[in-house]
Amino acid sequence: MSVIENVSRRRFVQGALAGGVLILGARYAPRLLRSSKGEPAAPSAALEPSLWMAISSDGTVTLVAHRSEMGCGSRTALPLVVADELDADWSRVKIDQAIGDPKYGDQDTDGSHSVRSSFDLMRQIGGAGRAMLITAAAAQWNVSAKDCTTEPHFVVHRGSGRKLGYGELAAAAAKLPVPKIEDLKLKSRSEWRYIGKESNSLFDLPDMITGKAIFGMDATMPGMVFASIEHPPVLGQKIKSYDDKAALKVPGVKQTLTIDTVKPPHQFQPLGGVAVIADNTWAAFKGRKSLKIAWDSSPHSVYNSAAYRKTLEATSQKPGKVVRNIGDVDAAFAKGGKIIEAEYYAPHLAHASMEPPVAVAEYRDGKVLAWAPTQNPQAVQDTIATALGIKKEDVTCHVTLLGGGFGRKSKPDQVAEAAVLSKQLGKPVKVVWTREDDIRFDFFHSVAAMYMKAAIGADGKPTAWLQRSVFPPIDSTFDATATYGDGEMGLGWNNLPFDIPNHRAENGPADYHVRIGWLRSVANIYHAFAIQSFADELAKSANKDSVEYLLGLIGPARIMNLEHKAKDDEEAKLYPYDTARLRRVVEIAAEKSGWGKRTVGKGHGLGIAAHRSFLTYVATVVEVEVDDKGQVHIPGVWTAVDAGTIVSPDNVRNQFEGAAVFGTSLALFGEITATNGMIDQSNFNNYPITRMNRAPRQISVHVVESDAPPAGIGEPGVPPFAPALCNAVFAAAGKRVRELPLSKTKLV
Amino acid sequence: MIRLKVNGKESTFDGDPDMPLLWYLRDVAGLTGTKFGCGMSLCGACTVHQNGEAIRSCTTAMKDVGGAEITTIEGIAPMHPVQKAWMEIKVPQCGYCQTGQIMQAIAFLKDNKNPTDQDIDTVMSGNLCRCGTYPRIRAAIHQAAKESA
Repeated sequence: MSVIENVSRRRFVQGALAGGVLILGARYAPRLLRSSKGEPAAPSAALEPSLWMAISSDGTVTLVAHRSEMGCGSRTALPLVVADELDADWSRVKIDQAIGDPKYGDQDTDGSHSVRSSFDLMRQIGGAGRAMLITAAAAQWNVSAKDCTTEPHFVVHRGSGRKLGYGELAAAAAKLPVPKIEDLKLKSRSEWRYIGKESNSLFDLPDMITGKAIFGMDATMPGMVFASIEHPPVLGQKIKSYDDKAALKVPGVKQTLTIDTVKPPHQFQPLGGVAVIADNTWAAFKGRKSLKIAWDSSPHSVYNSAAYRKTLEATSQKPGKVVRNIGDVDAAFAKGGKIIEAEYYAPHLAHASMEPPVAVAEYRDGKVLAWAPTQNPQAVQDTIATALGIKKEDVTCHVTLLGGGFGRKSKPDQVAEAAVLSKQLGKPVKVVWTREDDIRFDFFHSVAAMYMKAAIGADGKPTAWLQRSVFPPIDSTFDATATYGDGEMGLGWNNLPFDIPNHRAENGPADYHVRIGWLRSVANIYHAFAIQSFADELAKSANKDSVEYLLGLIGPARIMNLEHKAKDDEEAKLYPYDTARLRRVVEIAAEKSGWGKRTVGKGHGLGIAAHRSFLTYVATVVEVEVDDKGQVHIPGVWTAVDAGTIVSPDNVRNQFEGAAVFGTSLALFGEITATNGMIDQSNFNNYPITRMNRAPRQISVHVVESDAPPAGIGEPGVPPFAPALCNAVFAAAGKRVRELPLSKTKLV
Repeated sequence: MIRLKVNGKESTFDGDPDMPLLWYLRDVAGLTGTKFGCGMSLCGACTVHQNGEAIRSCTTAMKDVGGAEITTIEGIAPMHPVQKAWMEIKVPQCGYCQTGQIMQAIAFLKDNKNPTDQDIDTVMSGNLCRCGTYPRIRAAIHQAAKESA
């Protein structure tokens, strides 16, 4: 819960908000903790007061964005919510990006939870400001506040039609006590001006199309030098020796420095290596090519993707840790009858955001100032504090726009590199990763093997369903001994939404050999691939229509009983898993695609998949054409989304259009492999991402209108895409795809 | 000494002649609207105009642009019909690749006033967008073509 307080006269008001006359802060404890990723919950004790909103006497409203902008719209959406309840004129709103500071609560822009976690608080801040402005106007007019209302940026007296602007009222409003949350009268949904409106667009849109937008790549500090770092090719390798003579001859190169090789658990600490310091980016890149480095051995040199796959698949054949159990699958299988088994495999993926990792940092007098495109400025503080042995509060992290993030930029190793080098050099350092660095030294999306087994009843429906998933877990980044993916189980594995009397979900152990991290929708990608592909296999085996069969699997509309969730789990209370909502998106996607109502052309086929992730229900129908060369084209995609209450519908559509393109990349081409511990891919030539000519031709997104609490929009479009595509390929070409990417399966 | 015109201004450069134009623009001239994405002409984020033609500045060496007129996104007077269409269609998500997309689209529409989907795909497939805004880019190019007609 949060307590909003008026901090306008306090001494610690700083920065852009210092000019504000009315300033509102909030003592903030996130109501909904981030259990969706299975991470440790944020502290629930009341946090320090924080600042969110200022109104200056000229009427300018400055709102703080405490979440990063990486393309999902958080930096616009949250201020829009405040502006709506404040009844501010959006054209007079400025957005001030927060530095990393625990006073803002959790700032990690991941898990599709920015709006979900802050919606109520943002409404309360806006509503409190509006109430104070009304009270100030009423006092000035000597009328009852009840007789006053607002129109954008003005308080209006209903009886007389008198008006006072917010800027004129700000000084008087600042002297008033902040109303208690329980006394706030927030707008009804029908009174919202911005929330849910088509007219919303990204605050930074004009700057983005004129080149004025400042990304991490564009950040500078006076007197900075540029660094490019040759990292250990295999995780954990140390420098045996190196020769920088040729590098130092490159014009613009000043010197070289080393960074110690990271020790497990590697967390977000710098990987280590040799840094070339130069007076421009190009010189640093060029100098680096002339370095000669001999590397020591690493236990991870054994990592070979083909052999590792066999290990994962062997583990997937053995009983694992049970993460959900209903009935008795073993007894059902023992009865005999029709049994169907299948194995699925999905490789590592790299994030490949268009802006490679980059940061600028300065170490001075025991303190660090950094500018970075980070999803999590507080992780920057923690990581640099650990790397340099200084206090977290002595690290100041400013957040630029992010040229894509997709989870990569919640891990600030490159920012710590800049800080470590700056301490050695005594001047600000800009670290720029090449695309090759980005692909080879990512925190990779995990490789995974899934084993599925079902017993089929007389009606074609499963009587038992066993699923086992094996992958090196994200936890290995934080605990080098971790082999089970406890955190990944909530990502589409321990909540199978099917009406099957006997069900068991398991997870098998796997060792890590590269850094593993979150990538847009995380384990939902491989879990949805296995579950939704297997569902389609069962449908085809039963000679049933895929949509009808999927609806049958989901079964009647009900709130799912997720036994493993605590009874008082706040997420489960606010966001129960409602199969009616899942059924509805399946029905809508099918209807919009013309499923069963139209004949598709020769070589064409339709496939469907549905998956709930980040509390959002999504179904996607993909139409494919498999041409006579076996090349897959995607003439159409129809996605239905129920994300609860949404702030900017057009942005939601943009996210789900983008998810179809992102999904196309991982379904058609995405594959990272290792040989002797070294990553084989390096740039867009050998790690292709979807280009316009391979992207779906038409993407139609239908957003279900809903009064339910806001869920998530950045990630949930991704998981159903690959299985829907692969199911469509089966419909078109009769080939079952059990391995991603699709390019591994010969279709003709 | 290399002489060139950048956004109409005479400029000189006496650094490493192998330096790609991209890094001259960003690190020397301070024009950061042109982005680094791959360094191999694979993504198009660094697209600028050389004498009106779209080029990839990440693989164009300074020694090869002597005497050239270079236009970057900062040299496009807003609102160009292409930028206007990008605004109206609300194309960007993260925005990083969009200046390159826009520079490519502006050069393309000079040559092709009424492009088909196929024409657009052929030319714009050199510009990557990891956020996946391609359907909107295509729609915005059609709209800009219509506006300019």
